[in-house]
Amino acid sequence: MSILDKIKEANLVGRGGASFPTAVKWEAVKNAPGDKKFVICNFSEGEPGVKKDHYILEHYPEKVIDGIKLAMEFLNADKGYVYINPEYHKEFFEKLSELTKETKIEIFKKPHEAGYVGGEESTALNVIEGTRAEPRLRPPFPVTKGLWGCPTLINNVETFFNVSLVNSGDYKKMRFYTISGEAQKKGVYEFPEDYAIERVLKETGNFPDFSFFVQVGGDGSGEVLSDQQLAKLAGGAGSITIHKPGKKKPKELMEDWINFFYSESCGQCTTCREGTYRLKEILASNKPNWTMFLDLLKNLKETAFCGLGSVVPVPIFSYIENVLIINEQTDEEVKNLVEAYKKFKI
Amino acid sequence: MVQNTNYKRLPRRSAPRNDNRGMSNIKLKINDKEIECESGQTIMEAALANDIYIPGLCGHPDFPHKANCRVCVVEIDSGMNPGQGGQGKLMTSCSTLVREGMIVKTDTDRVKKSRNLNIELIFAEHIEKCATCIWRVNCKLLDLADRYKILLTTFKDRKGKRKTYRFSNAVEIDGTQCIDCRNCIDACSQMQKINYLELQGKGVEQEIIPTGDKKIDCIYCGQCALHCPVGSAQEQSSWEDVEKALKDGKKTVVAQISSAALVSIGEEFKEPADDSLYKKIYSALRQLGFKYVFDDSLPNVISAARGALGILNHEYGQTIITSSCPAWVKYAHFYRPELEGKFLNLRSPHMIGGGIIKSYLAKEKNINKDDLTVVSILPCTAAKFEIERKELKEGGKRVDHVLTVRELAWMIKKNRIELNKLAEGEKDTLTSEEIKAPMMGASGGETEMVFQTANYLSNSKKNDKLEQEKGILYAASGVKEIAIEIPGRIMHVAVVNGIGNIIPVLDNLKKYDFIEVMACPGGCAGGGGQAFPTNDKLRKQRLGLLRGLDKADDDGKMQSAVLDWLEKNNLENETLYKVI
Repeated sequence: MSILDKIKEANLVGRGGASFPTAVKWEAVKNAPGDKKFVICNFSEGEPGVKKDHYILEHYPEKVIDGIKLAMEFLNADKGYVYINPEYHKEFFEKLSELTKETKIEIFKKPHEAGYVGGEESTALNVIEGTRAEPRLRPPFPVTKGLWGCPTLINNVETFFNVSLVNSGDYKKMRFYTISGEAQKKGVYEFPEDYAIERVLKETGNFPDFSFFVQVGGDGSGEVLSDQQLAKLAGGAGSITIHKPGKKKPKELMEDWINFFYSESCGQCTTCREGTYRLKEILASNKPNWTMFLDLLKNLKETAFCGLGSVVPVPIFSYIENVLIINEQTDEEVKNLVEAYKKFKI
Repeated sequence: MVQNTNYKRLPRRSAPRNDNRGMSNIKLKINDKEIECESGQTIMEAALANDIYIPGLCGHPDFPHKANCRVCVVEIDSGMNPGQGGQGKLMTSCSTLVREGMIVKTDTDRVKKSRNLNIELIFAEHIEKCATCIWRVNCKLLDLADRYKILLTTFKDRKGKRKTYRFSNAVEIDGTQCIDCRNCIDACSQMQKINYLELQGKGVEQEIIPTGDKKIDCIYCGQCALHCPVGSAQEQSSWEDVEKALKDGKKTVVAQISSAALVSIGEEFKEPADDSLYKKIYSALRQLGFKYVFDDSLPNVISAARGALGILNHEYGQTIITSSCPAWVKYAHFYRPELEGKFLNLRSPHMIGGGIIKSYLAKEKNINKDDLTVVSILPCTAAKFEIERKELKEGGKRVDHVLTVRELAWMIKKNRIELNKLAEGEKDTLTSEEIKAPMMGASGGETEMVFQTANYLSNSKKNDKLEQEKGILYAASGVKEIAIEIPGRIMHVAVVNGIGNIIPVLDNLKKYDFIEVMACPGGCAGGGGQAFPTNDKLRKQRLGLLRGLDKADDDGKMQSAVLDWLEKNNLENETLYKVI
């Protein structure tokens, strides 16, 4: 059975966060016309609260490299890249160099200033090409016009790891979960991919004995769920961060999110560059204009240039919807926010 | 492993606009209107072709779309958004191609809400300096505010403390007005390949700055200004100085307007360009207070005659390069000083004109040279720099001020002169005979003019082959190569249309006997001081009008006469171009 058929049979999906079917991507690159093709393993792991790629590289680096080699072989690719964030580079460079000796795989250190957006796949292309760390306009998509205009396959570390497992017949539909926040036993755990959040927390001994809420899929862009909504799967990049209500005031929490996106915004599009600036400004004001706050968030979802911009509202809308609304609020400002949200059409 | 870390460079953008264009016809609906258009068009293009207005700020037809202002967003029915999983964000109509059966809405509440919010966010990036802003008369931001009834002040201005970067005395970028669309960078890098402008910083900190690289310098071509949608990149204005001179009773103020400005200024007034309009422009100039008004026919004939002599006396094996474009001259001085001895020994036409006005006119009319102010009206920003160059100021300034087409239009509007209601006026002349102008100002024009004149001067005949082939010279863009016969020999000529095409020509200098260079695409017809907007269609329209102004006789007598006139009046020094 070909590697592509094996991937199809295993129903592999990308583990970078978007859960895009892996076989579809591989086929698209395979079928795209082009003399040269490239493979990139995205090891930037810029989403806060996610540490599973680090864990995989620590324990199974040879599997990841094997996955990259399989892809390069399948595509007859000219070159492969391990695109790696600067902190991880320090830690893994030697090991990876050893493993990629005499291969056409280059270890590419993502510059520090490329930041969060540097992990977005089309941004990674720009960074490798040596231009500004910003997402590209799509279409064309990287699968047809990627590095230097050539068809390019970009997959996450965990995806390549799974490809290697699929190939050797060891894939057991498992995935990695990063647990952090107010957890007893923080860390990266491996469980079946169909485990609900609740089960993951219980089996790792992390289920809190206090009322709590979680942010799932990344501390930046992840969705916030109450402790009554844990039958869901931990999607995206598979992280579960436990929050204890009252530890931070609602406004402080929202400030954390907005400050993160504000300082990571590449500045290419009006919506995100100006939008996150104004969101920060509103949160800093004595009398926040919540209607404008919500409008700006919704506008990010509607018109941001890239996927990272359009997820800015995800943590905040879900936090209001799943946590603030269902609990009685005493703070005047928070009450106003909840009221504004109720009148607001998402 | 060597990594390229020039992260100030903007990513290359693929997908030129005309990919797959016109492959087939497509039917779609925009706002319930059935529309048929060519494949490969964007939604915005299809809408505009059908009189459906979609606003946009960052797009320019000279560049691949960037889709960064997010003002042109539209709603597309679910399932039709490529890559958006059917759920559908709003899509930028400037970058989304039409598809069969597409249903597009440009004015739903959802669209209005986001579009207006993005416009409001952009307003707060741009500090209004309307009182003295020459762009006020065609300001896209004021237009949008008015059209959609949007407040300019929803958000507080956030760029109040940004710097203004001035490039010599010619062009500037005012950071307090920049809306981060990056057209200036496209103009400077993609179009002109100068790479003088860079984008520094990220997020709200990003700023357009001049490069710190000492090997790169601005050539003052002004394409950044011509492509800036909001006048953040603009000419350093001279209209205040001109107004002051016009009000100063002691000064005799003289205007000389170039053909390439004459043919386009009507665009600023939505008036069709014809002889009648040109004459009204002369009237407008007089109404503004200019005592004498000249066009550029005399300096053009002088350029043709002197250029022809340069060719006829040219030493075999040496390359001759034109020197009429001040941005090109600046480029050569900075990047290729070794070209020094190869220039035609000629000033640019308006410098020739200025010299003659300051000497001949002053003497004829008995005006003290110091009381004479010469103002050139040109579609050029580099000329502002040129008139201040010290080697050209030797013996006194020939031209005191340069106004761009935009500046003159602003002065006319500001003084509430209604161009279409003016009586037709006449231009002044310096010679007793009427000078019929040959054409300058279009890429290829100087070559045709100089070579035809060389033919006339040596055997009083027109070069018919060149006449037949001149379409090649005027071809729209890039480098045009042509072999032209002059008595006794064939010369290999390259016409460089746009400085972005210069490198391969300079790298093969020995291949050519004659090189014409115009730094701006299309030559002065697309000059950095041209009317706003400028695009390929308008450049071509202006080129056509310029050719219509070419009324030179075919016998070369005029050129001979002008050379005699120069000699008789001892004006030859006024035409010489000396590079120091």
